[in-house]
Amino acid sequence: MAKVLVVTSGKGGVGKTTSTAALGAALASAGKNVVLIDFDVGLRNLDLVMGAERRVVYDLINVVQGDAKLAQALIRDKRVPTLSLLPASQTRDKDALTDEGVSSVITELKEKFDWVICDSPAGIERGATLAMRHADVAIVVTNPEVSSVRDSDRIIGLLDSKTERAEKGERVEKHLLLTRFDAARAGRGEMLNVGDVLEILSIPLLGIIPESSEVLRASNLGSPITLNNPASAAARAYFEAAKRLNGEALDVTIPIDRKGLFGKLFGRRAA
Amino acid sequence: MTTVASSRHSIRFHGRTYHAMVLEPEPPLANWLTELDAWLARSPGFFFGRPVVLDLSVLQPGKQGVAELLQNLAERNIKVMGIEGAEPSWLDFAMPPLLLTGRQANVVPGDNPPAAAEPSAPALSSNSASEPAPDAAAVPAGAASSPASATAEAPLAQHPNSLLLDSPVRSGQCIVHPEGDVIVVGSVASGAEVIAGGSIHIYGTLRGRAIAGSRDARARIFCRKLEAELLSIDGLYMVAEDMPAQLRGQPIQVWLDGDSMVMAQD
Repeated sequence: MAKVLVVTSGKGGVGKTTSTAALGAALASAGKNVVLIDFDVGLRNLDLVMGAERRVVYDLINVVQGDAKLAQALIRDKRVPTLSLLPASQTRDKDALTDEGVSSVITELKEKFDWVICDSPAGIERGATLAMRHADVAIVVTNPEVSSVRDSDRIIGLLDSKTERAEKGERVEKHLLLTRFDAARAGRGEMLNVGDVLEILSIPLLGIIPESSEVLRASNLGSPITLNNPASAAARAYFEAAKRLNGEALDVTIPIDRKGLFGKLFGRRAA
Repeated sequence: MTTVASSRHSIRFHGRTYHAMVLEPEPPLANWLTELDAWLARSPGFFFGRPVVLDLSVLQPGKQGVAELLQNLAERNIKVMGIEGAEPSWLDFAMPPLLLTGRQANVVPGDNPPAAAEPSAPALSSNSASEPAPDAAAVPAGAASSPASATAEAPLAQHPNSLLLDSPVRSGQCIVHPEGDVIVVGSVASGAEVIAGGSIHIYGTLRGRAIAGSRDARARIFCRKLEAELLSIDGLYMVAEDMPAQLRGQPIQVWLDGDSMVMAQD
């Protein structure tokens, strides 16, 4: 049974597109049929991060409006054969997306793939709500800082009210992916720590991706970190997150250095 | 004929009961409107989105008077959904319909709030220190013009429509429950809002806004951990900056003592 997964956050720049690419590649390398859809119409990036920007002919808008067939628009990844990409249009705007069009595209993709992963644009406007509309599972990408956490909270509220599942009285399965986590800075109290974020958002944790220059380097090379450097800490965290998505029960390792933990304990006692 | 019958079948009529607020203007109308303006100044937006029924049995304004009164209320953004206690001849087709079968509800969304405004202000300021609670209870008693304070306390004490939420209130969500208490089993996020006619109980961290007692000065706010942006009871409010620093992060309760908000650790 195909699952529709939306990667969303509310705030921009937290790592939605990077995480979509990395998780998609990780799921596909595990043998699943995966398609990534870029919903960020007008500001498409997923094709760049996937290294497919020179192969885009048709896009999501063309398919939604019936100008192209789905098979013509899908771009198959050269590294992982089970991974495909449906790019966004860079020249159109979000109003070109219609609810019915998106719905029919997703229904068609669900027949062919195991995972349909929607990369949501930032914000809570049309593009973002359409991206989450048909989701069965949602990954809320959050950075350990207050503005990102509050925006994520807003998005979780929308996931509980504006999705098709919510309107049918069902629940969208929600997971938290904490990205750009810097253990040393969290230890010094310069970032929110994992416990704080989980307490505020109260959804299960899918994984913690450590802050790493490797991630940025991989994105610039047009290759998801999970393909570009599978041995790096960030890639391993994404692989583990992908396993949890497939239902494996793995403990989440929280990257905390001991000094920071002790410092915080004593700090609390003194207060 | 059969087609006609089947198409008629698709029109459905339902009977439903709603709580509405009844406004009962009293003569002289000019004074009553002044009183209403004073009330609106204290609680702007009080009538926003609330169904209002106009009871004209006391005022007896006549045909011309009804039109003027409706005009006056419309200028104050009060929408009238129906009229009670009027002669059918006073009303024309464009006016709200005449209602006949209204009954007094126990949990009335504000028994006659404009009238309540008149005793509430002096009552709270004159007798603030000793016993604010019975004082507050006397407010609707005056409004309903019922003599015994016991009858006034009854609607406040019952609260059969408390609203229980067993999931966290997320940023951007606004819970409005004008009829009673709100109980949240979970946290209220920063940027979320809980508005209750009665008290607010939060079994988690309160990071957003809690606005209690929109028609009950005895209402309180309880939370397990205080990180609130704003607390308000019966129109009085306090922002995060004004809250005592030592109470942040603590389990607290807030209530009204006369014209001041009192906050204490639970």
